[in-house]
Amino acid sequence: MGALNLSNVQKSFGPVDVIKGVDLEVADGEFCVFVGPSGCGKSTLLRMIAGLEDVTSGEVRIDGAKVNLTPPSKREIAMVFQSYALYPHLTVRDNMGLALKQAGEAKAEIAEAVARASGMLSLEPLLERRPSELSGGQRQRVAIGRAIVRKPKLFLFDEPLSNLDAALRVHTRIEIARLHRELKATMIYVTHDQVEAMTLADRIVVLNAGRVAQVGAPMELYNDPANTFVAGFIGSPQMNFLKASALGETGETLGIRPEHLEISREAGRIPGTISHVEHLGGETNVYINTDVHGLLTVRLFGEHRFEVAEVVHLTPDASRQFLFDAAGERIRV
Amino acid sequence: MANRARTSLPRTAAAHAILLTYTVIALFPVFVIVINALKTRRAIFGHPLQLPGPETFSLVGFQTVLQQGDFPLYFWNSLVVTVVSLVFVLLFGAMAAFALSEYRFRGNTLTGLYLALGIMIPIRLGTVAILQLMVATGLVNTLFALILVYTAQGIPLAVFILAEFMKTVSDDLKNAGRIDGLSEYRIFFRLVIPLVRPAMATVAVFSMIPIWNDLWFPLILAPAESVKTVTLGAQIFLGQFVTDWNAVLASLSLAIIPVLVLYLIFSRQLIRGITSGAVK
Repeated sequence: MGALNLSNVQKSFGPVDVIKGVDLEVADGEFCVFVGPSGCGKSTLLRMIAGLEDVTSGEVRIDGAKVNLTPPSKREIAMVFQSYALYPHLTVRDNMGLALKQAGEAKAEIAEAVARASGMLSLEPLLERRPSELSGGQRQRVAIGRAIVRKPKLFLFDEPLSNLDAALRVHTRIEIARLHRELKATMIYVTHDQVEAMTLADRIVVLNAGRVAQVGAPMELYNDPANTFVAGFIGSPQMNFLKASALGETGETLGIRPEHLEISREAGRIPGTISHVEHLGGETNVYINTDVHGLLTVRLFGEHRFEVAEVVHLTPDASRQFLFDAAGERIRV
Repeated sequence: MANRARTSLPRTAAAHAILLTYTVIALFPVFVIVINALKTRRAIFGHPLQLPGPETFSLVGFQTVLQQGDFPLYFWNSLVVTVVSLVFVLLFGAMAAFALSEYRFRGNTLTGLYLALGIMIPIRLGTVAILQLMVATGLVNTLFALILVYTAQGIPLAVFILAEFMKTVSDDLKNAGRIDGLSEYRIFFRLVIPLVRPAMATVAVFSMIPIWNDLWFPLILAPAESVKTVTLGAQIFLGQFVTDWNAVLASLSLAIIPVLVLYLIFSRQLIRGITSGAVK
């Protein structure tokens, strides 16, 4: 239970096409992350799966059944929102139980479901409080608890960590991963943060301007990007894009990740001057200005001493470089 | 108290002086009405600005008001008309505002503009047509006629203000309700209305005063004794040749009280709404 199937799904707001034909299969129990820059349509796509936006054309199927015209409450889904969206006038307990109460479940069953969910998220001490008496992290845990209570076929997360501070974000990320293991439920998760996507997903769907740019496991996207968009979006710091012709390669662009560029004071293929150095302890990022390729980033592991204005030479690792044509598509050799 | 580093005594004093001056100017007419309502007729004309003293104190105006005409009934009529009209204005205004701000449909903007026209065109221009309508429907000399007119008069401003406020209510909250299976009506009444309560209070205050004080429509649509409102009832003391100033001032003083009570109720809502939103 919990397979999702999108076939040629499109969405237009008046003359503006927001989703331009998306085909996607999400298997039961899979953790699927939609990632992309703001305005790429990832949230709209999630809201279409939830039934909060109408589908202009194409089909949305949950467990094989077409749900294009099914209201959100009948789709057996649960959604966690970026702004928590807890009901301000209800206690945590009533917030969590509301959906079951609306569905007409017996009181004992609601109490049991709420107890089970609050146990998983250690929410018991908060059950009688109202949302205004909770911190941001607690509110998001309640929102996740509210989703769990419904035992949905699909969990939908709409940037659930964006309003939390950095430490809490890491903590809640781990919590969500643990819940996915325990519940074995299908989860669809929208984020613009590629670190969240890489750490949580079984499979990542990279969206760009209303189209799927690439679908794959995190390491597939990292090691085998299909185009410059995915290559640039996945990985941090961003991949360097060099002029292929200047290096005697075919195609338009040569992509190389900062960790696969070798830096040397003595010799190398690309000369440049250091413009900035970031010391992060575990790693060192060096930014180098070059005449032909512009600003390039080199990522070194551990601590390294480089000075600004030093002249250095860079050499791309030929086995880790990617070639792209003028349209940004990958050239596979 | 306020942060000392950011305020200085002269500046605070100047601000208070300006506000106090304005308060005195605004309240002065009310003050004159109330003190003169408690004086004898001779004292009203002799020394209109003097406070009532042992010799000049008199309740004759209030006695006249309570004996002549049926003022408790007039008060009741005014109160019914004002409260029912307010309820309708807030209910229908909020519903229309919710529809305009929440749903995408053909003619949405046009409907909003059409409703906004009502703010710019005074309803009194249509008095003749309204009277014909009321005569045709047999509603002349009923409180319901007044309620209908005042509801129509209040809705444009209510829609205009509330629609803007409702746009600020989080979409996520409404969508969470939809996923949990709440009907659109419950989303409206349980989630949206409590969050726009300060705006509702503002609309209520702005709509209430003109309704309570109106003389025009009661005079034209409901002049019969049994449906007279306070403002119309007070006119019996204003004669063509003799005016009973004691009674006029007394009835006006009495008419202030209910509005004051309603205002206090709404303004408390207003303040509570503002602070609860600010602290979040």
